[in-house]
Amino acid sequence: MPLTMTTKRRLVTAALLAPASAWLFVFLVLPFIAMLVFSVGERGPAGGYQAAFTFAQYANLPARSAAYWNTLMLAPAGAFLCLLVAYPTAYYLAVKASPRHRLLLVSLVVVPFWTSLLVRTYAWMYILGSRGIPNLLDMIGIADVRLLNTPGAVLLGIVYGYLPLMIMPIYVSLEKLDRRLLEASADLGAKPLSTFFSVTLPLSLPGVMTGVALVTILLLGEYLIPQLLGGGKVFFIGNALVDLFLQSRNWPFGSAIAVTLVAIVVVVLTVAMRIAWRISGTRQVDLV
Amino acid sequence: MRALITAVYLFLYAPIALVVLFSFNAGRNASEFTGFSVEWYGKALANPFLITALQNSLIIALVSATLAAVFGTMAALGLERLGSRARAVFDGLLAAAIVVPGVVIGIATLVALVAVFGAINPAIAAIWPGERPPQLGLGYGSIIAAHGLFTMALVTMIVKARIATLGRDIVEASADLYATPLTTFRDIVLPQILPSVLAGFLLAFTFSFDDFIVAFFVAGSKTTLPIYVFASIRRGVTPEVNAIATMVLVASLLLILIARLLMREKTRKSPAGE
Repeated sequence: MPLTMTTKRRLVTAALLAPASAWLFVFLVLPFIAMLVFSVGERGPAGGYQAAFTFAQYANLPARSAAYWNTLMLAPAGAFLCLLVAYPTAYYLAVKASPRHRLLLVSLVVVPFWTSLLVRTYAWMYILGSRGIPNLLDMIGIADVRLLNTPGAVLLGIVYGYLPLMIMPIYVSLEKLDRRLLEASADLGAKPLSTFFSVTLPLSLPGVMTGVALVTILLLGEYLIPQLLGGGKVFFIGNALVDLFLQSRNWPFGSAIAVTLVAIVVVVLTVAMRIAWRISGTRQVDLV
Repeated sequence: MRALITAVYLFLYAPIALVVLFSFNAGRNASEFTGFSVEWYGKALANPFLITALQNSLIIALVSATLAAVFGTMAALGLERLGSRARAVFDGLLAAAIVVPGVVIGIATLVALVAVFGAINPAIAAIWPGERPPQLGLGYGSIIAAHGLFTMALVTMIVKARIATLGRDIVEASADLYATPLTTFRDIVLPQILPSVLAGFLLAFTFSFDDFIVAFFVAGSKTTLPIYVFASIRRGVTPEVNAIATMVLVASLLLILIARLLMREKTRKSPAGE
Protein backbone atom coordinates (compact mmCIF):
# COMPACT_ATOMS: atom_id res chain seq x y z
CA MET A 1 0.00 0.00 0.00
CA PRO A 2 1.60 3.29 -1.04
CA LEU A 3 1.87 5.96 1.61
CA THR A 4 -0.36 8.96 1.15
CA MET A 5 1.15 12.42 1.31
CA THR A 6 -0.30 13.19 4.74
CA THR A 7 0.88 9.91 6.26
CA LYS A 8 4.36 10.51 4.89
CA ARG A 9 4.36 14.06 6.19
CA ARG A 10 3.29 12.88 9.64
CA LEU A 11 5.99 10.21 9.70
CA VAL A 12 8.67 12.79 8.88
CA THR A 13 7.38 15.14 11.61
CA ALA A 14 7.36 12.30 14.14
CA ALA A 15 10.88 11.23 13.15
CA LEU A 16 12.15 14.81 13.51
CA LEU A 17 10.64 15.19 16.97
CA ALA A 18 11.28 11.67 18.30
CA PRO A 19 14.80 12.13 19.75
CA ALA A 20 14.00 15.43 21.47
CA SER A 21 10.70 14.09 22.84
CA ALA A 22 12.39 10.97 24.17
CA TRP A 23 15.10 13.08 25.78
CA LEU A 24 12.59 15.46 27.38
CA PHE A 25 10.54 12.53 28.67
CA VAL A 26 13.38 10.38 30.02
CA PHE A 27 15.55 13.17 31.44
CA LEU A 28 12.99 15.80 32.45
CA VAL A 29 9.51 14.33 33.01
CA LEU A 30 10.57 11.00 34.55
CA PRO A 31 13.20 12.50 36.87
CA PHE A 32 10.66 15.04 38.04
CA ILE A 33 8.18 12.26 38.85
CA ALA A 34 10.97 10.35 40.64
CA MET A 35 11.72 13.47 42.67
CA LEU A 36 8.05 13.81 43.65
CA VAL A 37 7.99 10.13 44.72
CA PHE A 38 11.18 10.54 46.76
CA SER A 39 9.78 13.64 48.46
CA VAL A 40 6.97 11.60 50.09
CA GLY A 41 9.40 8.84 51.12
CA GLU A 42 11.53 8.31 54.19
CA ARG A 43 15.24 8.50 54.80
CA GLY A 44 16.85 5.06 54.83
CA PRO A 45 18.86 3.93 57.89
CA ALA A 46 22.13 4.52 56.03
CA GLY A 47 20.90 7.60 54.21
CA GLY A 48 19.38 7.62 50.75
CA TYR A 49 15.77 6.64 50.28
CA GLN A 50 13.24 4.22 51.68
CA ALA A 51 9.78 3.81 50.15
CA ALA A 52 6.92 5.34 52.12
CA PHE A 53 4.00 7.68 51.72
CA THR A 54 4.29 10.49 54.21
CA PHE A 55 4.27 14.27 54.16
CA ALA A 56 6.76 14.34 57.03
CA GLN A 57 9.46 15.80 54.76
CA TYR A 58 7.23 18.72 53.85
CA ALA A 59 6.26 19.24 57.50
CA ASN A 60 9.99 19.41 58.27
CA LEU A 61 10.65 22.27 55.81
CA PRO A 62 10.85 24.96 58.53
CA ALA A 63 14.09 23.29 59.69
CA ARG A 64 15.71 24.90 56.66
CA SER A 65 13.90 28.24 56.94
CA ALA A 66 17.18 30.20 56.96
CA ALA A 67 17.97 28.98 53.44
CA TYR A 68 14.50 30.00 52.22
CA TRP A 69 14.76 33.36 53.97
CA ASN A 70 18.20 34.13 52.48
CA THR A 71 17.13 33.05 49.00
CA LEU A 72 13.83 34.93 49.03
CA MET A 73 15.48 38.10 50.37
CA LEU A 74 18.80 38.14 48.51
CA ALA A 75 17.59 36.90 45.09
CA PRO A 76 15.14 39.79 44.53
CA ALA A 77 17.52 42.26 46.23
CA GLY A 78 20.33 41.10 43.94
CA ALA A 79 18.09 41.37 40.89
CA PHE A 80 17.08 44.90 41.91
CA LEU A 81 20.72 45.98 42.40
CA CYS A 82 21.51 44.47 39.01
CA LEU A 83 18.69 46.54 37.51
CA LEU A 84 20.04 49.76 39.05
CA VAL A 85 23.38 49.25 37.28
CA ALA A 86 21.96 47.64 34.15
CA TYR A 87 19.37 50.25 33.17
CA PRO A 88 21.72 53.22 32.71
CA THR A 89 24.19 50.94 30.92
CA ALA A 90 21.54 49.60 28.55
CA TYR A 91 20.25 53.14 27.99
CA TYR A 92 23.72 54.35 27.08
CA LEU A 93 24.30 51.42 24.72
CA ALA A 94 20.94 51.77 22.95
CA VAL A 95 20.51 55.56 22.85
CA LYS A 96 23.78 57.38 23.46
CA ALA A 97 26.54 55.15 22.10
CA SER A 98 27.71 55.88 18.56
CA PRO A 99 26.44 53.22 16.14
CA ARG A 100 30.03 52.58 15.07
CA HIS A 101 31.04 51.28 18.51
CA ARG A 102 27.68 49.88 19.57
CA LEU A 103 28.18 46.30 18.41
CA LEU A 104 31.57 46.03 20.08
CA LEU A 105 30.30 47.55 23.34
CA VAL A 106 27.30 45.21 23.40
CA SER A 107 29.52 42.20 22.70
CA LEU A 108 31.79 43.21 25.57
CA VAL A 109 28.78 43.11 27.88
CA VAL A 110 27.50 39.72 26.67
CA VAL A 111 30.80 37.84 26.54
CA PRO A 112 31.43 37.57 30.31
CA PHE A 113 28.06 35.86 30.78
CA TRP A 114 29.23 32.94 28.69
CA THR A 115 32.50 32.52 30.53
CA SER A 116 32.71 30.36 33.60
CA LEU A 117 30.66 31.74 36.51
CA LEU A 118 32.88 29.66 38.76
CA VAL A 119 36.00 31.50 37.62
CA ARG A 120 34.31 34.90 37.72
CA THR A 121 33.06 34.32 41.25
CA TYR A 122 36.48 33.01 42.23
CA ALA A 123 37.94 36.33 41.07
CA TRP A 124 35.90 38.14 43.73
CA MET A 125 36.82 35.56 46.33
CA TYR A 126 40.39 36.46 45.52
CA ILE A 127 39.77 40.23 45.70
CA LEU A 128 37.63 40.22 48.86
CA GLY A 129 39.65 37.52 50.62
CA SER A 130 42.04 38.34 53.45
CA ARG A 131 44.99 38.81 51.08
CA GLY A 132 43.03 41.13 48.77
CA ILE A 133 41.30 44.40 49.69
CA PRO A 134 41.40 43.80 53.50
CA ASN A 135 45.18 43.41 53.20
CA LEU A 136 45.46 46.72 51.32
CA LEU A 137 43.26 48.43 53.92
CA ASP A 138 45.46 46.98 56.62
CA MET A 139 48.49 48.66 55.02
CA ILE A 140 46.86 52.09 55.31
CA GLY A 141 45.90 51.47 58.89
CA ILE A 142 42.36 50.11 58.70
CA ALA A 143 42.72 46.71 60.31
CA ASP A 144 40.47 43.67 60.58
CA VAL A 145 38.03 44.42 57.83
CA ARG A 146 36.06 41.35 56.84
CA LEU A 147 34.45 41.47 53.39
CA LEU A 148 34.27 37.82 52.38
CA ASN A 149 31.51 35.61 53.81
CA THR A 150 29.06 38.48 54.30
CA PRO A 151 25.66 39.15 52.66
CA GLY A 152 27.31 42.16 50.99
CA ALA A 153 29.88 39.93 49.30
CA VAL A 154 27.11 37.62 48.06
CA LEU A 155 25.17 40.60 46.66
CA LEU A 156 28.29 41.91 44.94
CA GLY A 157 28.90 38.49 43.40
CA ILE A 158 25.30 38.37 42.23
CA VAL A 159 25.49 41.77 40.52
CA TYR A 160 28.80 40.80 38.96
CA GLY A 161 27.60 37.43 37.73
CA TYR A 162 24.20 38.45 36.39
CA LEU A 163 24.69 42.02 35.14
CA PRO A 164 25.08 40.93 31.48
CA LEU A 165 21.82 38.98 31.64
CA MET A 166 19.99 42.03 33.01
CA ILE A 167 21.47 44.47 30.49
CA MET A 168 20.57 42.47 27.36
CA PRO A 169 16.74 42.42 27.47
CA ILE A 170 16.62 46.07 28.56
CA TYR A 171 18.99 46.99 25.73
CA VAL A 172 16.84 45.11 23.23
CA SER A 173 13.64 46.88 24.35
CA LEU A 174 15.33 50.31 24.31
CA GLU A 175 16.87 49.70 20.91
CA LYS A 176 13.49 48.85 19.39
CA LEU A 177 12.10 52.11 20.70
CA ASP A 178 10.90 54.38 17.92
CA ARG A 179 13.10 57.50 17.95
CA ARG A 180 10.28 59.54 16.39
CA LEU A 181 8.32 59.18 19.63
CA LEU A 182 11.16 60.89 21.50
CA GLU A 183 11.31 63.64 18.91
CA ALA A 184 7.54 64.09 19.02
CA SER A 185 7.69 64.37 22.80
CA ALA A 186 10.41 67.03 22.54
CA ASP A 187 8.51 68.88 19.81
CA LEU A 188 5.50 69.01 22.09
CA GLY A 189 7.64 70.84 24.62
CA ALA A 190 8.49 68.01 27.04
CA LYS A 191 11.80 68.36 28.86
CA PRO A 192 14.27 65.45 28.38
CA LEU A 193 13.58 64.17 31.89
CA SER A 194 9.84 64.22 31.42
CA THR A 195 10.24 62.51 28.01
CA PHE A 196 12.24 59.81 29.76
CA PHE A 197 9.62 59.18 32.43
CA SER A 198 6.55 59.40 30.19
CA VAL A 199 7.89 57.77 26.99
CA THR A 200 11.20 55.92 27.29
CA LEU A 201 10.76 54.23 30.65
CA PRO A 202 7.20 52.89 30.10
CA LEU A 203 8.15 51.54 26.67
CA SER A 204 11.20 49.75 28.07
CA LEU A 205 9.29 48.13 30.93
CA PRO A 206 8.82 44.80 29.11
CA GLY A 207 12.61 44.51 28.83
CA VAL A 208 12.98 45.44 32.49
CA MET A 209 10.43 42.79 33.47
CA THR A 210 12.15 40.13 31.37
CA GLY A 211 15.52 40.97 32.88
CA VAL A 212 14.27 41.03 36.47
CA ALA A 213 12.35 37.77 36.01
CA LEU A 214 15.27 35.97 34.32
CA VAL A 215 17.82 37.05 36.89
CA THR A 216 15.52 36.36 39.87
CA ILE A 217 14.67 32.88 38.59
CA LEU A 218 18.30 31.95 38.00
CA LEU A 219 19.24 33.36 41.42
CA LEU A 220 16.61 31.24 43.17
CA GLY A 221 18.63 28.16 42.21
CA GLU A 222 22.05 29.72 42.79
CA TYR A 223 24.71 27.67 44.57
CA LEU A 224 28.21 28.85 43.62
CA ILE A 225 27.98 32.52 44.61
CA PRO A 226 26.71 31.95 48.20
CA GLN A 227 29.07 28.99 48.54
CA LEU A 228 32.23 30.86 47.51
CA LEU A 229 31.43 34.39 48.72
CA GLY A 230 29.07 33.55 51.60
CA GLY A 231 31.32 30.83 52.96
CA GLY A 232 28.62 28.75 54.63
CA LYS A 233 27.30 31.77 56.54
CA VAL A 234 25.02 33.12 53.83
CA PHE A 235 23.50 30.06 52.21
CA PHE A 236 20.73 29.66 49.65
CA ILE A 237 18.27 26.82 48.98
CA GLY A 238 20.80 25.49 46.44
CA ASN A 239 23.41 25.14 49.20
CA ALA A 240 20.93 23.33 51.44
CA LEU A 241 20.22 20.93 48.56
CA VAL A 242 23.89 20.13 47.97
CA ASP A 243 24.29 19.52 51.69
CA LEU A 244 21.26 17.21 51.85
CA PHE A 245 22.17 15.19 48.76
CA LEU A 246 25.93 15.01 48.86
CA GLN A 247 26.81 15.36 52.55
CA SER A 248 24.02 14.37 54.95
CA ARG A 249 22.42 12.07 52.36
CA ASN A 250 18.84 12.84 53.34
CA TRP A 251 17.38 12.41 49.88
CA PRO A 252 13.65 12.51 50.67
CA PHE A 253 13.99 15.79 52.57
CA GLY A 254 16.20 17.18 49.81
CA SER A 255 13.63 16.13 47.20
CA ALA A 256 10.88 17.93 49.14
CA ILE A 257 12.99 21.10 49.20
CA ALA A 258 13.74 20.76 45.47
CA VAL A 259 9.99 20.41 44.76
CA THR A 260 9.28 23.62 46.71
CA LEU A 261 12.08 25.37 44.80
CA VAL A 262 10.43 24.45 41.50
CA ALA A 263 7.09 25.66 42.92
CA ILE A 264 8.67 29.01 43.86
CA VAL A 265 10.18 29.36 40.37
CA VAL A 266 6.80 28.62 38.78
CA VAL A 267 5.06 31.22 40.98
CA VAL A 268 7.68 33.89 40.21
CA LEU A 269 7.49 33.09 36.51
CA THR A 270 3.69 33.22 36.46
CA VAL A 271 3.57 36.55 38.29
CA ALA A 272 6.27 37.98 36.01
CA MET A 273 4.42 36.90 32.88
CA ARG A 274 1.13 38.31 34.19
CA ILE A 275 2.77 41.68 34.82
CA ALA A 276 4.55 41.55 31.46
CA TRP A 277 1.26 40.90 29.63
CA ARG A 278 -0.36 43.79 31.40
CA ILE A 279 2.50 46.13 30.52
CA SER A 280 2.85 45.18 26.88
CA GLY A 281 -0.82 44.48 26.29
CA THR A 282 -0.01 41.34 24.31
CA ARG A 283 0.70 37.74 25.12
CA GLN A 284 3.84 37.72 23.01
CA VAL A 285 6.35 37.85 25.83
CA ASP A 286 9.46 35.75 25.56
CA LEU A 287 11.01 34.96 28.90
CA VAL A 288 13.51 32.55 27.50
CA MET B 1 27.08 59.05 31.86
CA ARG B 2 30.42 58.21 30.22
CA ALA B 3 32.07 57.84 33.62
CA LEU B 4 29.37 55.45 34.72
CA ILE B 5 29.77 53.32 31.60
CA THR B 6 33.53 53.22 32.01
CA ALA B 7 33.00 52.11 35.60
CA VAL B 8 30.64 49.33 34.48
CA TYR B 9 33.16 47.96 31.99
CA LEU B 10 35.93 48.21 34.56
CA PHE B 11 33.70 46.35 37.01
CA LEU B 12 33.06 43.62 34.42
CA TYR B 13 36.65 43.11 33.35
CA ALA B 14 39.00 44.19 36.16
CA PRO B 15 38.41 41.12 38.39
CA ILE B 16 39.03 38.75 35.48
CA ALA B 17 42.11 40.74 34.50
CA LEU B 18 43.41 40.47 38.04
CA VAL B 19 43.13 36.68 38.03
CA VAL B 20 44.95 36.55 34.68
CA LEU B 21 47.65 38.92 35.94
CA PHE B 22 48.30 36.95 39.11
CA SER B 23 48.47 33.69 37.20
CA PHE B 24 51.80 35.05 35.93
CA ASN B 25 52.98 35.97 39.40
CA ALA B 26 56.37 34.53 40.30
CA GLY B 27 55.68 34.61 44.02
CA ARG B 28 53.21 32.50 45.97
CA ASN B 29 51.72 35.51 47.71
CA ALA B 30 48.38 36.44 46.24
CA SER B 31 48.46 40.12 47.17
CA GLU B 32 51.71 41.37 45.68
CA PHE B 33 53.14 40.87 42.24
CA THR B 34 56.75 39.86 42.61
CA GLY B 35 57.74 39.14 39.03
CA PHE B 36 56.65 37.50 35.80
CA SER B 37 56.63 33.74 35.55
CA VAL B 38 54.83 30.96 33.73
CA GLU B 39 55.82 28.48 36.41
CA TRP B 40 52.21 27.94 37.57
CA TYR B 41 51.09 27.00 34.08
CA GLY B 42 53.83 24.39 33.95
CA LYS B 43 52.80 23.10 37.33
CA ALA B 44 49.11 23.00 36.41
CA LEU B 45 49.72 21.24 33.11
CA ALA B 46 51.96 18.65 34.74
CA ASN B 47 49.14 17.72 37.11
CA PRO B 48 47.61 14.42 35.88
CA PHE B 49 44.33 15.00 37.75
CA LEU B 50 43.82 18.31 35.96
CA ILE B 51 44.55 16.75 32.56
CA THR B 52 42.07 13.93 33.23
CA ALA B 53 39.43 16.45 34.32
CA LEU B 54 40.08 18.50 31.17
CA GLN B 55 39.76 15.41 28.96
CA ASN B 56 36.51 14.42 30.67
CA SER B 57 35.09 17.91 30.20
CA LEU B 58 36.07 18.01 26.52
CA ILE B 59 34.53 14.59 25.80
CA ILE B 60 31.32 15.42 27.67
CA ALA B 61 30.99 18.88 26.08
CA LEU B 62 31.69 17.54 22.58
CA VAL B 63 29.22 14.64 22.79
CA SER B 64 26.43 16.54 24.57
CA ALA B 65 26.75 19.59 22.29
CA THR B 66 26.73 17.42 19.15
CA LEU B 67 23.63 15.54 20.29
CA ALA B 68 22.00 18.82 21.35
CA ALA B 69 22.76 20.46 17.99
CA VAL B 70 21.43 17.53 15.93
CA PHE B 71 18.34 16.72 18.03
CA GLY B 72 17.61 20.39 18.76
CA THR B 73 17.72 21.31 15.06
CA MET B 74 15.53 18.34 14.17
CA ALA B 75 13.06 19.40 16.85
CA ALA B 76 13.02 23.01 15.60
CA LEU B 77 12.28 21.77 12.07
CA GLY B 78 9.63 19.35 13.31
CA LEU B 79 7.93 21.88 15.59
CA GLU B 80 6.74 24.12 12.76
CA ARG B 81 5.03 21.10 11.17
CA LEU B 82 3.03 20.40 14.33
CA GLY B 83 -0.51 21.46 15.17
CA SER B 84 -0.83 24.33 17.61
CA ARG B 85 -1.85 22.20 20.63
CA ALA B 86 0.97 19.66 20.34
CA ARG B 87 3.36 22.53 19.73
CA ALA B 88 2.25 24.28 22.93
CA VAL B 89 2.97 21.12 24.96
CA PHE B 90 6.39 20.75 23.38
CA ASP B 91 7.20 24.45 23.84
CA GLY B 92 6.19 24.16 27.49
CA LEU B 93 8.56 21.22 28.06
CA LEU B 94 11.39 23.10 26.33
CA ALA B 95 10.75 26.17 28.48
CA ALA B 96 10.75 23.95 31.58
CA ALA B 97 14.09 22.44 30.56
CA ILE B 98 15.51 25.97 30.37
CA VAL B 99 13.82 27.55 33.39
CA VAL B 100 14.11 24.77 36.00
CA PRO B 101 17.24 25.55 38.07
CA GLY B 102 20.34 23.51 37.29
CA VAL B 103 20.51 22.34 40.88
CA VAL B 104 17.04 20.76 40.51
CA ILE B 105 17.92 19.18 37.15
CA GLY B 106 20.99 17.66 38.81
CA ILE B 107 19.00 16.31 41.75
CA ALA B 108 16.11 14.97 39.68
CA THR B 109 18.48 13.19 37.28
CA LEU B 110 20.47 11.75 40.19
CA VAL B 111 17.37 10.48 41.99
CA ALA B 112 15.84 8.96 38.85
CA LEU B 113 19.05 7.29 37.67
CA VAL B 114 19.86 5.86 41.09
CA ALA B 115 16.33 4.41 41.26
CA VAL B 116 16.64 2.94 37.75
CA PHE B 117 20.12 1.53 38.36
CA GLY B 118 18.94 0.09 41.67
CA ALA B 119 16.30 -1.87 39.78
CA ILE B 120 18.37 -2.87 36.76
CA ASN B 121 21.71 -3.82 38.31
CA PRO B 122 20.39 -6.80 40.36
CA ALA B 123 18.49 -7.97 37.28
CA ILE B 124 21.66 -7.92 35.18
CA ALA B 125 23.54 -9.68 37.97
CA ALA B 126 20.87 -12.40 38.08
CA ILE B 127 21.11 -13.28 34.38
CA TRP B 128 24.84 -12.57 33.89
CA PRO B 129 26.70 -15.81 33.17
CA GLY B 130 30.16 -14.62 34.20
CA GLU B 131 31.72 -13.91 37.57
CA ARG B 132 31.51 -10.12 37.59
CA PRO B 133 28.36 -8.64 36.07
CA PRO B 134 28.62 -5.09 34.68
CA GLN B 135 27.23 -2.38 36.93
CA LEU B 136 25.42 0.61 35.50
CA GLY B 137 26.43 3.78 37.28
CA LEU B 138 26.80 7.53 37.11
CA GLY B 139 29.49 8.95 34.85
CA TYR B 140 29.87 10.24 31.30
CA GLY B 141 26.40 9.11 30.29
CA SER B 142 24.53 10.80 33.13
CA ILE B 143 26.41 14.10 32.72
CA ILE B 144 25.85 14.09 28.96
CA ALA B 145 22.14 13.37 29.45
CA ALA B 146 21.67 16.16 32.01
CA HIS B 147 23.69 18.73 30.02
CA GLY B 148 21.99 17.72 26.79
CA LEU B 149 18.58 18.42 28.29
CA PHE B 150 19.30 22.13 28.77
CA THR B 151 21.44 22.59 25.67
CA MET B 152 19.05 20.77 23.34
CA ALA B 153 16.28 23.13 24.47
CA LEU B 154 18.66 26.05 23.90
CA VAL B 155 19.55 24.94 20.35
CA THR B 156 15.86 24.37 19.56
CA MET B 157 15.04 27.92 20.68
CA ILE B 158 17.89 29.47 18.64
CA VAL B 159 17.17 27.51 15.45
CA LYS B 160 13.41 28.02 15.84
CA ALA B 161 13.95 31.79 16.00
CA ARG B 162 16.02 31.56 12.81
CA ILE B 163 13.41 29.47 10.99
CA ALA B 164 10.76 32.03 11.94
CA THR B 165 12.68 34.70 10.01
CA LEU B 166 12.99 32.55 6.88
CA GLY B 167 10.70 33.55 4.05
CA ARG B 168 8.14 30.85 3.22
CA ASP B 169 8.06 32.12 -0.37
CA ILE B 170 11.53 30.84 -1.22
CA VAL B 171 10.63 27.37 0.06
CA GLU B 172 7.40 27.45 -1.96
CA ALA B 173 9.27 28.70 -5.02
CA SER B 174 11.64 25.77 -4.69
CA ALA B 175 8.70 23.36 -4.52
CA ASP B 176 7.07 25.03 -7.54
CA LEU B 177 10.27 24.39 -9.47
CA TYR B 178 9.78 20.66 -8.78
CA ALA B 179 12.48 20.32 -6.12
CA THR B 180 11.77 17.39 -3.80
CA PRO B 181 11.31 18.33 -0.12
CA LEU B 182 14.72 16.83 0.59
CA THR B 183 16.41 18.91 -2.12
CA THR B 184 14.64 22.03 -0.88
CA PHE B 185 15.86 21.29 2.62
CA ARG B 186 19.43 20.64 1.53
CA ASP B 187 19.78 23.55 -0.90
CA ILE B 188 17.48 26.21 0.58
CA VAL B 189 16.73 25.70 4.27
CA LEU B 190 19.92 24.10 5.57
CA PRO B 191 22.37 26.75 4.30
CA GLN B 192 20.25 29.44 5.91
CA ILE B 193 19.92 27.83 9.33
CA LEU B 194 23.44 26.40 9.46
CA PRO B 195 25.06 29.45 11.15
CA SER B 196 22.49 29.34 13.97
CA VAL B 197 22.95 25.58 14.32
CA LEU B 198 26.71 26.10 14.65
CA ALA B 199 26.22 28.98 17.07
CA GLY B 200 23.85 26.79 19.09
CA PHE B 201 26.44 24.00 19.08
CA LEU B 202 29.14 26.34 20.39
CA LEU B 203 26.88 27.80 23.09
CA ALA B 204 25.93 24.25 24.09
CA PHE B 205 29.60 23.27 24.19
CA THR B 206 30.44 26.35 26.29
CA PHE B 207 27.59 25.65 28.70
CA SER B 208 28.58 22.03 29.18
CA PHE B 209 32.27 22.92 29.48
CA ASP B 210 31.56 25.58 32.14
CA ASP B 211 28.76 23.86 34.06
CA PHE B 212 29.50 22.98 37.63
CA ILE B 213 26.27 22.42 39.53
CA VAL B 214 24.53 19.87 37.27
CA ALA B 215 27.69 17.77 36.90
CA PHE B 216 28.37 18.03 40.65
CA PHE B 217 25.27 15.89 41.29
CA VAL B 218 25.43 13.37 38.45
CA ALA B 219 29.18 12.97 37.88
CA GLY B 220 29.54 9.96 40.20
CA SER B 221 33.26 9.31 40.50
CA LYS B 222 34.15 11.28 37.34
CA THR B 223 35.77 14.70 37.68
CA THR B 224 35.06 17.47 35.19
CA LEU B 225 37.21 20.57 34.89
CA PRO B 226 34.81 22.86 36.85
CA ILE B 227 34.51 20.21 39.58
CA TYR B 228 38.30 20.06 39.75
CA VAL B 229 38.59 23.86 39.87
CA PHE B 230 35.94 24.03 42.60
CA ALA B 231 37.78 21.45 44.68
CA SER B 232 41.09 23.33 44.22
CA ILE B 233 39.48 26.61 45.27
CA ARG B 234 38.23 24.96 48.43
CA ARG B 235 41.70 23.65 49.20
CA GLY B 236 43.03 27.18 49.01
CA VAL B 237 43.65 30.05 46.65
CA THR B 238 46.99 29.51 44.90
CA PRO B 239 48.56 30.94 41.76
CA GLU B 240 48.12 27.50 40.22
CA VAL B 241 44.34 27.93 40.52
CA ASN B 242 44.75 31.32 38.81
CA ALA B 243 46.58 29.65 35.93
CA ILE B 244 43.86 27.01 35.53
CA ALA B 245 41.15 29.69 35.79
CA THR B 246 42.90 31.73 33.09
CA MET B 247 43.03 28.74 30.75
CA VAL B 248 39.33 28.03 31.35
CA LEU B 249 38.54 31.69 30.61
CA VAL B 250 40.56 31.74 27.39
CA ALA B 251 38.88 28.54 26.17
CA SER B 252 35.34 29.81 26.76
CA LEU B 253 36.20 33.28 25.40
CA LEU B 254 37.35 31.73 22.12
CA LEU B 255 34.20 29.62 21.85
CA ILE B 256 31.83 32.49 22.58
CA LEU B 257 33.62 34.81 20.14
CA ILE B 258 33.27 32.27 17.34
CA ALA B 259 29.60 31.75 18.26
CA ARG B 260 28.93 35.50 18.15
CA LEU B 261 30.71 35.89 14.81
CA LEU B 262 28.48 33.15 13.38
CA MET B 263 25.34 34.79 14.77
CA ARG B 264 26.39 38.14 13.32
CA GLU B 265 27.06 36.52 9.94
CA LYS B 266 23.48 35.30 10.06
CA THR B 267 22.03 38.77 10.67
CA ARG B 268 24.23 40.37 8.04
CA LYS B 269 23.15 37.94 5.35
CA SER B 270 19.46 38.65 5.90
CA PRO B 271 18.90 42.39 6.26
CA ALA B 272 15.16 41.73 6.01
CA GLY B 273 15.20 39.45 9.02
CA GLU B 274 15.05 40.46 12.70
